[in-house]
Amino acid sequence: MLSDLYVFGDSLLHRARPLIKILALVVFCTGLFLFDHWAVIAIAGLMVAAGFAVAGLRPHHGVAALRPAFWILVAIFAVQVWLADLALATFIISRFALLILAASLVTLTTTAGEFVDGIEAGLKHAPGWVPKTRIALAISLTLRFIPLVRSVLIEVRQAQVARGLERNITALLVPVVVRTLKHADETAQAIQARSFD
Amino acid sequence: MIRFREVSVKKDGQAILTEIDLSLSERRIGIIGRNGSGKSTFARLFNGLETPTNGSVTLNGQGGSKALRRHVGFVFQNPDNQIVYPIVHEDLEFGLKNLGLGKDEMRARIDTVLRRFQLEHLRDRLTHQLSGGEKQMIALAGVLVMRPRLIVLDEPTTLLDLWNKRRFMAAIHELEQQIVLVSHDLDLLDGFDRVLHIDGGQVVADGLPDPVIAGYTAGAQC
Repeated sequence: MLSDLYVFGDSLLHRARPLIKILALVVFCTGLFLFDHWAVIAIAGLMVAAGFAVAGLRPHHGVAALRPAFWILVAIFAVQVWLADLALATFIISRFALLILAASLVTLTTTAGEFVDGIEAGLKHAPGWVPKTRIALAISLTLRFIPLVRSVLIEVRQAQVARGLERNITALLVPVVVRTLKHADETAQAIQARSFD
Repeated sequence: MIRFREVSVKKDGQAILTEIDLSLSERRIGIIGRNGSGKSTFARLFNGLETPTNGSVTLNGQGGSKALRRHVGFVFQNPDNQIVYPIVHEDLEFGLKNLGLGKDEMRARIDTVLRRFQLEHLRDRLTHQLSGGEKQMIALAGVLVMRPRLIVLDEPTTLLDLWNKRRFMAAIHELEQQIVLVSHDLDLLDGFDRVLHIDGGQVVADGLPDPVIAGYTAGAQC
C-alpha cells in the first residue's frame, strides 16, 4: 500500500516522473505476459533487481511487498502442479512474483501525491467530460483511507474482545462499515471546506 | 464582519435553527450549547458547508458558499476526517492547489506556517503515523496556509490530551484571524470577547463570556 510502503530517497527512480514509471510498469507487465520463455523471466528478474539496487531498496522491502500475496502464490503453485507440472507452476509464480515486485518498485519510490499527479497528467488529453481532478482525488483518498479503516477495524475488534465476543464477522463488519461511512461523510465536508469544487 | 440575516435551517421538515439574526465582528467568539442544540449546524453555516433554508449568511457583504469557503477556514473535531493526503506536505498543498496557487507560492506558505508552529519536522511524515495532537496541528496548518479571514473550530480539542490541548489553544490565541470556537470545554473560552449560547436551534443568550457561561452552567445543574 502506497502510504505505508513509500521509502524516502533521492534516487533516479524516486526522481523519475510518475507517469513514466506507470507507463514503464505497463510495458514491463505486458512484455512479461507476451513472451513465455524462461529467458524473459531471467531478464525481467535482473531488471527488477537492478531497479531495487538503483532505488537503494533492501531485500526486506521486496519480501514485505510479496508477503500479502504469499498464500495466493502458494495456491496458484499448488493448482498448477496438480493441473500441469512443477516446471510450469514455478514459471507462473515467478512471473506473478516479478509483477508484484515491479509494481512495488513504483509504489516504494512514488508518494501518493506524485502518483495522483501522474494519473492527472495521464488523463490530460482525456475528453472534457472525464472528471480528472475528481479521479485523482478519489485515488488519493483511497490511499489515505486504507490505514484509517485498518485502525477502525483493530479498534472495533479490540472493543469486542474486551466484551468477551469471539470471532463474529457480522458484529465486526457492521460497526466498521458504519464508522467508515461516517468518516467518509465528514471527509467529504472537510474537502468542501478546503475550497474543492 | 459576518452577518446572519434571519437564518433558518430545516432538515427533513424539522427545524434545526430558527431565525438567527446576528452580526459578529469580535475577534474571539465562543459557541456553547447542549448536544443536539444546533451549534454544529450553526458553525457549518459560517463557511457554507450548510446552506440556510431561509435567510442569508455574508462575510463583509459577500455571500454564497464559494466566497464563504474561500475566506472562512474550518477545523473539525477529528483531524483524521480532515486530512486528505498520506504525507503531511502533500496534505498542506491540497487547499492551495484548490486556490490555483503556483508551486513557489505553495512552498513559501507551507514553510511559513510549519516554521511558525515548530512543525517543520513533520513535513515528510506519513499522516496516519502522527499522534492525535500532531494531526490536529496539521489540520490547523492546512487551514492556515489558505490564509482565511475567519476560522471556525468545531470542538477541536475533544480528542486531545491536556498537553496537546494547551499547545493547540496557545496556537489559536496567537492567530490574528477572527476565531469562532464551538466547545463543551468552557475553560477554553477564557479571554474570549463574546459567547453565544444555543439551545433548541435558537440563540438563547449572547454577550460577555462570564454571564453567558454562568447562565449555561446554572441550567445544567442536576
